Parts: sequence; C-alpha cells; structure tokens
Amino acid sequence: MYPILVLSVTGLVTLFLGFLKSKKILLPASLLFVAVAFLSNLIDWNSPGLYFYEMLEASNLSILFTSIILLSAFLIMALSKGFIDDEHAHPAEYFALLQFSLVGAIMMTNFQNLIMLFIGVEILSVSMYILTGSDKRNLRGNEAALKYFLMGAFATGIMLFGIAMLYGANYTFNITDARTLLLQPVTDVRPVFLYVGVTFLLIGLLFKVSAAPFHFWTPDVYEGAPTIFTTFMSTVVKTAGFAAIYRILEVSFSPMYNFWWVMVVTMAILSLFISNITAVSQNSFKRMLAFSSISHAGYMLLAVVGLNNKSGDSIVFYSLAYALATISAFGVLMVVSKDRLVDGRPNENIAVLNGLSKKSPFLAAVLAISMLSLAGIPLTAGFWGKFYVFADAASRGHIWVLVIAIAMSAVGIYYYFKPIIAAYMKDGEGDNIQLSSFYKIILGFTTAGSILLGLFPDLVRELL
Amino acid sequence: MLALTLILIPLIGSLVLLLLKGSSVGSSKNTALVVSLATLAVAIYAFTTFSTQTTIGVKYSWMKDLNINFHVSIDGISLLLVLLTAFLVPLIIASTFKHTYKNHASFYALILLAETALMGVFMARDIFLFYFFYEAALIPVYFIAAIWGGKDAPRITFKMFVYTIFGSLFMLVALVYLYMKGASAEIDQLATTAKLLSPNAQNLLFWAFFIAFAIKMPVLPFHTWQPDAYSESPTPATMLLSGLLSKMGVYGLIRIMLPFAPVGVANWGQFGMVLSIIGLIYGSIIAIQQNNIKRLIAYSSFAHMGLMAAGVLSGNINGIQGALLQMVAHGVNAVGLFFIVKIIYDRTGTRDLTALGGITQKTPALSIYFMIIMLGSVALPLTNGFVGEFLLLKGVYDKNAWLGGFAGLTIILGAVYMLRLMQRSMFGESNDITAKFKDVSGSEVAVLLPIAAVVLIMGLFPNVFLKITEPAVNSILQMMK
Repeated sequence: MYPILVLSVTGLVTLFLGFLKSKKILLPASLLFVAVAFLSNLIDWNSPGLYFYEMLEASNLSILFTSIILLSAFLIMALSKGFIDDEHAHPAEYFALLQFSLVGAIMMTNFQNLIMLFIGVEILSVSMYILTGSDKRNLRGNEAALKYFLMGAFATGIMLFGIAMLYGANYTFNITDARTLLLQPVTDVRPVFLYVGVTFLLIGLLFKVSAAPFHFWTPDVYEGAPTIFTTFMSTVVKTAGFAAIYRILEVSFSPMYNFWWVMVVTMAILSLFISNITAVSQNSFKRMLAFSSISHAGYMLLAVVGLNNKSGDSIVFYSLAYALATISAFGVLMVVSKDRLVDGRPNENIAVLNGLSKKSPFLAAVLAISMLSLAGIPLTAGFWGKFYVFADAASRGHIWVLVIAIAMSAVGIYYYFKPIIAAYMKDGEGDNIQLSSFYKIILGFTTAGSILLGLFPDLVRELL
Repeated sequence: MLALTLILIPLIGSLVLLLLKGSSVGSSKNTALVVSLATLAVAIYAFTTFSTQTTIGVKYSWMKDLNINFHVSIDGISLLLVLLTAFLVPLIIASTFKHTYKNHASFYALILLAETALMGVFMARDIFLFYFFYEAALIPVYFIAAIWGGKDAPRITFKMFVYTIFGSLFMLVALVYLYMKGASAEIDQLATTAKLLSPNAQNLLFWAFFIAFAIKMPVLPFHTWQPDAYSESPTPATMLLSGLLSKMGVYGLIRIMLPFAPVGVANWGQFGMVLSIIGLIYGSIIAIQQNNIKRLIAYSSFAHMGLMAAGVLSGNINGIQGALLQMVAHGVNAVGLFFIVKIIYDRTGTRDLTALGGITQKTPALSIYFMIIMLGSVALPLTNGFVGEFLLLKGVYDKNAWLGGFAGLTIILGAVYMLRLMQRSMFGESNDITAKFKDVSGSEVAVLLPIAAVVLIMGLFPNVFLKITEPAVNSILQMMK
C-alpha cells in the first residue's frame, strides 16, 4: 500500500523541485522516489490484507504487478536522460505526472472496490493524455493527444456506466461481495444489468490495454507521442490494465466464465489477427511496435481465456518479459533516431537501423535480443511468456484458439526480424554511435533480464 | 554429469570467445577448435564407458510448479548422434582455417552455440527441453548463414527461418496438448498417455509432428527452402545444416513422433512414406541435371533425407536402425562433400560443373578423398552408406514391397548423379580454370582424412554402432505397442 502514499507525496515534491534553477536534480530525485516506492512495496510481501476501509487489497500477486510497474517506470525514467530534460521542456511536470500516473496504475492492481478501479484508471489516463501531447510544437503529438483523450474519455465513460450497472445488479462496489452474490443460487434469471455491466466494464479496460476492436487509437497515439511516453504507455499502462482485467474477472466474475469467455476469446483472436497482419506492412519501427503491442494484448488475453489458478502468474511473467523487451526496443530506437531528423522529427523508420551492427554492436545485440523475445523465440523470456499463456488456454481445452495464436506468432516472426535484418545485414550511413555508460547499464540490464528469464523462468514463477 | 559436460563445454567456449572479442583471428580459430576437440574427447569417453545397463544422465528441476525438468540422458540413439555432432563440429571449424571471416570471434562463438544446442536436442528427455534446444539450434545457424552468406543470403535464410519455425510451432501445440493430457513432460511417461488418446487425436498429433520434422529434414513438399539455403549459405553453415540440423528432424521422428503418435503412424505413415519416396526420386532427378555442384549436393541431401524419413515411418527395427546408421553416414559424407565443393570453389572461383574438369591430374590426393566419400554417398559395400541404405530399403520393403521397389531406385539414381559429378569435375582434360589447381594443403587433409577414415571404418564395422542403438530402438518399438 505504501507506494501509493510514497508516490503521491513525492509527486508533489517533484513539482516543487521544478522551482529550482537547476533541472539536473529532477531525474536522480525521481529515480530515487520510484526506487523508494519499489522498496516500500515489498513491505507487504506475504502479509495480505485490506487497507483504507476495504478499498484496496494487498496480495502477493498485486505486489508483483506493482513491482513490474515500478521497475518498468524506473527503467523508462532512467532512459529519459537527455530527452525530456532540455530547457524547452518542463521536466518537473513530466516527472511529477509520471509519478502520479504510477499511483493510478498501482491502484488498478490492488483495488477491492470498483470505485477505486475507476479512480485508478482516471488518474493514469489523465496523466497519459497530457504526456502524449507534451511535445507542444509537434502537430502529430497534438493530434495524438486529442485522439487519445477523446477516445479514452469515451471508453472511461462506458466503463463507469458498466460499474453503475453492476451496482444496480449487486448493490455493492466490493468485488469480493459481488462474487458471493454470484455464487448464491437464484430462483429466477439474474438481472440483465449484470451482463451489460460486465460487458461495459470489460470494454473500458480492454480499451486501455489496446485490445482489438478497441485498438484504433493505438498506432497513431504511439507514433505521435514522444517515444519515452510511448514506452511508458506500452509497458506500465498495459501491465496495470491486465492486472485490473485479471483481478476483476478472477475475483468477481469467475462464476460467470461461460458468459464472458466468448467475448474475451473473440477479442483475443481479433487482436492477434488485426495486429499481426497489419504490422507486416509497416515501415515505421514505432508503428510496428504499436501493432506488436496490440498483438501482445491478444496473447495476454489468452491467459484470461484459460482462467485457472495459474493464469495470474502467467500474466505477471508475460508482462515482465514484454516490458523488458519493449523497453530495450524503444531505448534503441530513441538513441538511434535522436540525431537523424526528418522534418524536425526523429526518423523512426526501420531503415534508420540499417548497419547498426557496425555503428554500435552493443545496440544491435540489444535490439536483436529484444526482437527475439517479442517474437517468442526460445532462449528469451518471451518464449516462456507465450508458453505459459498457451498452456493456460490449453488447460481449458481451447486447442483451436492455440492453433490460431501460433499461426499468428509465425507471422510475428516475419516482422520482428525486419529490424534484425536491417541492423545486421544492411549497410547504413552515419557515424558510429557513442553511448553513455549510463545507457549501457540500463539496456544491458533489460537485455540480461530477457536472457536470464529465458533460461530460468522459475526465477519469477517461484515467487508465487 | 557426463551429459551435462557435453552441453557446458561448447557453451562456455562460445562465451569465452565472445568475451575475447578483441583477440586475433588465429586465437579465435584455435580456441574454437580446442573447445570442440575437448567436447569430442568427452563424447568418446562417454562412448567407451557406455553400457546399456546404466544410464548416463542428470535431472534438475527447471520449472517446479509445472513439473518441467532439465533432464538430459544418453541412451544408444543419443550416444550415436552426440558422437556425430562432436565429430563433425571440429571438422567444420577446421574447414574454415583457410578463410578469414569478419567478426571472427562471433562467428566461431555461434558455431559452438549451435553445437551446444545440438547436444541438448540429442540428449533431452523432457519434451519442453527438447523443444527449447530444437529451436535454439536454429538461431546461431541462421545468423551464420545470413550474416556471412552470399548476396541474397538475408532473404533466403530468412525464408528458411520462418519456414522451420512455422513447422516447429505445430510441434509446440502438439507438445502442449500432450502435456495437458498427461500432466508430465517426461518423454517416457508421456508415451503411455499418448496410447490412450482417440485415433482422431493421434492422427492430428502425427501431422503436427510430421510437418515439423519434415520441414527440418526436409521432405517433399516442404523442401522449397532447402536448395537455396544450402547453396547461398557460407560453407560452414551449409555443413551444419546438412550434416547436423537436418538430423534433428529424423531424430525427432524417432524420439518424439513414433512413441507419441503410434496410431497416427499406423494410419498415415504410408502416406508419409509415399511423400518421402517421391521426394527421393524427384530430388535425385534434379541432382542429375544440376550443373551447380553445391546445389547438386544439396539435392542429393534432400534425396537421402527422403529415404531416412521413409525408413523411420516404416516403423520396424530395420527401418529405424538403418535411418540411424544412415544419419551418421550422411552427416559425415555431406560435410566431406561440401568441403570438397569449397576447395574447388576457393581455387577455381566457380561451382559450374561444365567449367571444371581434369582436377585429378593436378591433385590426385583430392580425387582419392573425393572418390572415397563419393562411394560412401552412393552406398557401395564396405563404405559407410551401404549398411544404412540396405537396412533402410529392407525396412521400407517389409512395410510395403511396392514402396521398397521405388525406394530402391535411389541406388541407381544416386550413382548416376554422384558419378557424373566425379567424372565431370575430376576427370577429363584440364582447362584454363583448372590448370593451376593447387594440391590439397595440410589443414585440408586434416579435415578430409578423418572423414575418409570414418567412411571406411563404418563400412567395415557397422555392428559397433548397430549394437549400441539396438536396445534403445527396441524400447521405442516397445513403447509403440
């Protein structure tokens, strides 16, 4: 529970730090704050309990989700060095907003009350709307922010509507009580509110994790937003969203599995189809990663479809594997595209990676391993992530879903290899890339993590 | 422990090479050679201490909650392929000694990494460990082929990569399905579960496994990636692909498909045999008409793999034993032949059969080695190809006399294309291109001599190998009942 308190306070402190003349202190201070939050998160380990008048619940699963969120946030903030702390920007506001958004994300992992879920989603989303448009002079960024805001607000509205319906059906916001009610036998049919409520709630959350068919905002917003916030969106927001989806379906609505699984499986398959097929023809690396993010939402939904007592672990592992690989990929993109401007914007085409293995063997290796991990090739964490979600889907007997998912991962291999081929087998222009040791440590950490989890997946699985 | 050492030595060797990136070309080559020879020494030690009573293996918990273990163990079949791998990798490394590759440390590290994974595949006793190594073997070879390959290599090797991964994903579905049914990942335990499955499920399992392994070998109609990949890759990658990686496919058929889908094999095995034998004849006919010598050997590989697949699918002891022996023979011969192609290409700059001729006059030594390896490849008695091919044809014939007859064409067709290759390149009048052909050097003899020796030794004493594998093959046949 402590990270929520810590980050609320430190977020405010960060805002005030902005008054200082030197902006140099902001990044180390924010990193320190997130690190403190990370440590404070571990206090509740193995001591589950309800907090704040039964509004929030700490459990080992929610602590793991929170840890992944804070770890991703820490790495992303560290990578932001040199990108958002220049004199034109407002680093204090950015770092404060990032910390506030983390508060929202953490609430989404351990809500016990639907109101808390709603507040968490809102805190996270509003921060993200602002950060998406933070590059004020960039038209694409402004368009992205507006698009994200309009569609996001609409989705949140639907979600709130769903929560209201559920209250109408259950007379409670508490998710455990809702389950107790569902388990009681009823003489006549359950109110239709209940079904509409579950559907609407799911739609709202699936929008946040950019699952098809609620994914239309994703490519444009990912492309328009500054890369650092795109990374944040595709890791922190997605982890929080899946933590919430899993929590609400597992705790509250697992008795209604027969009702919602058809809907979830449809969306999983749609996500896999649309994203993988579209990603094949993308030339922009960033857009390709946006579609890849949609496809990974599809894979994670498979764990939800195969809901069993292991699915939570599968989603945790998948989120972590995905976050590590995504941060590596975006990190490489940020460095490589930084000084290669096209129309005043960084060149984010796949061609910008051409000849990377000669310009910086380290970055090329980081890129290759992150792509292999996203493609789910053995030796990397991504493979076990896929393996676990496939095993979950298989445990409910959905073999045909597996066949589709596997055919789509074969398609995925095709486009994930494009950057690798560009980096290793094509000749590019430009000078060698000098990398600060700070960057090397961060990217080395994410890459080593991908490999280590690929060899010893039990490192994370054993925790639960 | 012995099994684990076989995996660890090349793995550590490749890491050391990567760490010593700045060192000279010579030291990279020597380190890689020493590491691979150390692996060979361990493999030979395993061979001498091997007995069918005791098992050599270790089992560590890998994923506790899923009951998935790091379980490697050596039985007769594994031992044979471990020996093959350990024998060929030093030769492949030695074959590169004349050549300087850019980024040499990474190059040799990738070869050793491939060896690590191959050792893992041939010893794994846990289905997911098997899958893990099976995929992991492809990655280093893909990178060797794509980065150090010819101009068109990125496109062609990428096709190979997607093709084979696509196939193995079918296998993954089948393995996950079996695992869910059997609640175990041990190969031996799952075989009992597999027997209880419905015929329908068995048929699907057969197809999932068959497609996965047929792409790897390759077998008609999944072979379209192979000729291009073999001819565009740099020779060491081609050697790895034809000598070792294609054997993973046959090994998978024996170790995974036969015990897990016995009913499926009974229902569809003959169909698979028909495909394999059509592929055999088709590949041979193309090889006969081929003028590019590297492609010619690629197609001859394709034809040989077809016969091995047919032998395994026949599901009797002769077919499987023959396939095992032939895997070793073909692995050794293919590496030898590709090396000779490389020697010819390095000296003449061409792989065109019509431009060659008369090399014998310049270098009788090369043509003697070539002759021995070629005779092994056409399965002349007293060479390594003979016993394997004989047993394979016997196995196929026992299953279906007609198929046996057609498969027998391989003896004639194989002789036609190999003798044509020999005659057009080695004999006849020398011309401008071959006039200055230099004699084989010491490092080349170091590769060719062991290969030629093995061709003859295996031809004279096939029983040494057959005796090792027989109990293991019998136990697989027992599982199928």
